[in-house]
Amino acid sequence: MANTTVSLFIQCLVDSMFPEVGEAMVTLFDRLGIPCRFPPDQTCCGQPAFNSGYRREAADAARHFIAVFEDAEVIVCPSGSCVHMVRHAYPLLFADEPAMLARAEAVAARTFELSQYLVDQLGLVEVGASYHGTVTYHDSCHLSRGLGVIDQPRQLLKGVEGLTLIEMRDSDTCCGFGGTFSVNYPEISTAMVDTKIDNILASGAGAVVGCDISCLMNILGRLSRRGEPVQVLHLAQVLAGAGQGGGQ
Amino acid sequence: MNRPSQSNYTREAIKGIASTTLQTNLRSFQERLGQGAMRMWVELADPEKRRRVKASRMRTLDHLDIILASLAEKVRARGGRVYFAETAQDASDYILAVARKNQVKRVVKGKSMTSIEIGVDPVLEAAGIEVVETDLGEYIVQLAGEPPSHIIAPCIHLDRRQIGRLFADQLGIDYSEDPPTLTRAARHALREKLLSAEMGLTGCNLACAETGQISLVSNEGNIRMATTMPPVHVAVMGMERVVATMAEHRETLQLLTRGAVLQKISTYVSFVGGPADTPGETREFHLVIVDNGRSKILADPEFREVLACIRCGACLNICPVYGKIGGHAYASAYCGPIGAVVSPLLEGINKHADLCKGETLCGACKEVCPVENDLPRMLSALRHKLAYGSDQWDTRQMNPAEAFAFRLWRHLVTRPALYRAGLRLAALLQRPFIGKNRMISRMVGPAAGWTDSRDLPPIARQSFAARWRQKHPPTPDVAKKTAENSGEEKV
Ligand code: SF4
Repeated sequence: MANTTVSLFIQCLVDSMFPEVGEAMVTLFDRLGIPCRFPPDQTCCGQPAFNSGYRREAADAARHFIAVFEDAEVIVCPSGSCVHMVRHAYPLLFADEPAMLARAEAVAARTFELSQYLVDQLGLVEVGASYHGTVTYHDSCHLSRGLGVIDQPRQLLKGVEGLTLIEMRDSDTCCGFGGTFSVNYPEISTAMVDTKIDNILASGAGAVVGCDISCLMNILGRLSRRGEPVQVLHLAQVLAGAGQGGGQ
Repeated sequence: MNRPSQSNYTREAIKGIASTTLQTNLRSFQERLGQGAMRMWVELADPEKRRRVKASRMRTLDHLDIILASLAEKVRARGGRVYFAETAQDASDYILAVARKNQVKRVVKGKSMTSIEIGVDPVLEAAGIEVVETDLGEYIVQLAGEPPSHIIAPCIHLDRRQIGRLFADQLGIDYSEDPPTLTRAARHALREKLLSAEMGLTGCNLACAETGQISLVSNEGNIRMATTMPPVHVAVMGMERVVATMAEHRETLQLLTRGAVLQKISTYVSFVGGPADTPGETREFHLVIVDNGRSKILADPEFREVLACIRCGACLNICPVYGKIGGHAYASAYCGPIGAVVSPLLEGINKHADLCKGETLCGACKEVCPVENDLPRMLSALRHKLAYGSDQWDTRQMNPAEAFAFRLWRHLVTRPALYRAGLRLAALLQRPFIGKNRMISRMVGPAAGWTDSRDLPPIARQSFAARWRQKHPPTPDVAKKTAENSGEEKV
């Protein structure tokens, strides 16, 4: 299994705004001796359109995604919501197109979120990382409720040398991102992320870690505006860190 | 944060967020009931129960016409009268006619959302009939002249000081903020109304087709009085509120009281099976079965599931959006996640477009729902109607500009070279907005929705794709293919 070549599915937000998260994933896979490739034609899984109701546009993005990743052995993504999109929305989009549906399901069955792949598929919980500090973990909705991935990231964090995981209160309550919701209903979204941040601060952890950059971008954006010094890290960044101490 | 064109939803949401009372009450309510329900489902001795009840709800919906006919037949056999109301207006007209015929001057109500949906109170009041809510919470909001803001805790937006002042003003008692004193005052006032009313008007939690009886749950005992003391009792039910058999009734009721307040059974369960047999007195029982748009929901496989709802209110107790904004923002008889799905379907998708769009689809409601109603799926389906318009649902396309933007987006994401070029262009355009902290703190147009309260990390100078390419120069034949498609900078 560890020799299987991983095709990196780099969420569009990671690709454009947080490329260091994608690089951290590569560092991690290199250290674990897992070969990986990056299909260069990948763009976006279609989630923004789907969540806003634009299913025709989302279906075209899905067609593109399937064409790009169809020949991949296994597809790994640093975002729970994108994997949720591929696994749960694609079949819905192609419900009336049997041929596409079969292709979509075949791709979906080989698509995993990072922590899910490491723990469930490879049976790894210690990846040789170290991080000296305290962190708290935010459960992203589509990852935890949608894909049922709750323990895997925690197991990986506990396997990191020097790291102390402090659970925050209501770690699985939505951070208020919700895609275009955050822009269309900013007052509600902000009230929600404020509660999330209050819980992060109350945990006393030096950093908040998550598995979905969309939520982390929302939390980071509000932390920065509030002038709070808590660090925001993607799980891949923590797992990539080997002996450099806290931080990215 | 005050942008010019705020919708009613946003305006009411802002008010809710600003109300300390609402925030404190919602938080403790959600912690106790919402999170309590989540734990309860995990610990439920019979984990299959929820799935069984859901299956029986869906089965009932599949045969709704037959089951309703048998309910009506059984109720009539017990001496009750049944009226099938196609619209809200029909239902209200019928209830008014019953009141007139019986020379009713005062109606006492048991808590009923369907009665709010059909708007019967104003109809009765316009005819000079006094309408009094007897559920304590409903009574309080009625005195305050406000709509309820939670399915089972209608006055959750008020604190005891506000209620104390309200009672002092409206009931003429001395100001007090002591809950037992206030409850006693309400009980005293309500008892008088209950004793003198000529008609009781209630909802119906469940109706059982097998036995021809309806059941009502309450913890205050007011329902029992409202259904038995006045000579005329009218119960209003949405036509989906029926179960086929007593066995199904038992399990459904168990989930209802658990979902609502974590109770194995409520303090009172009143079974009403036709008019009481009182010598020397004429008593009437009327069951008004309301369609008001439900047939249309039933006919659409995408939305039929919402009729499986047992109106327990659990989804309100977990929803992080409702937990911030409270019930008034929904501007409808039904609030919270269930309201966000059912109100647009009953009253118009365009009218309630904000309810369709104003959630994060986090999925907590589905998880807590005793019958596992997939509300996020249905919200997404409602957005689909708004995206393109729908003849079937009489829905206009909501936002042509947004639709255009997504068509443009499609053009880009299916053409990698163009997509990459677009990203590079965006990276250039954003430059003047990047501040010293390497964050964007001010944007214009709709994007200001983000930066009014949050910073935004900029688009990176070099995307992951570009960095990868730099480290892994493609082999010649792959290079040719990729260069054609990706338009990646050669660095
Ligand atoms: S949708 Fe589910 S949780 Fe919400 S009120 Fe209906 S039955 Fe209860």
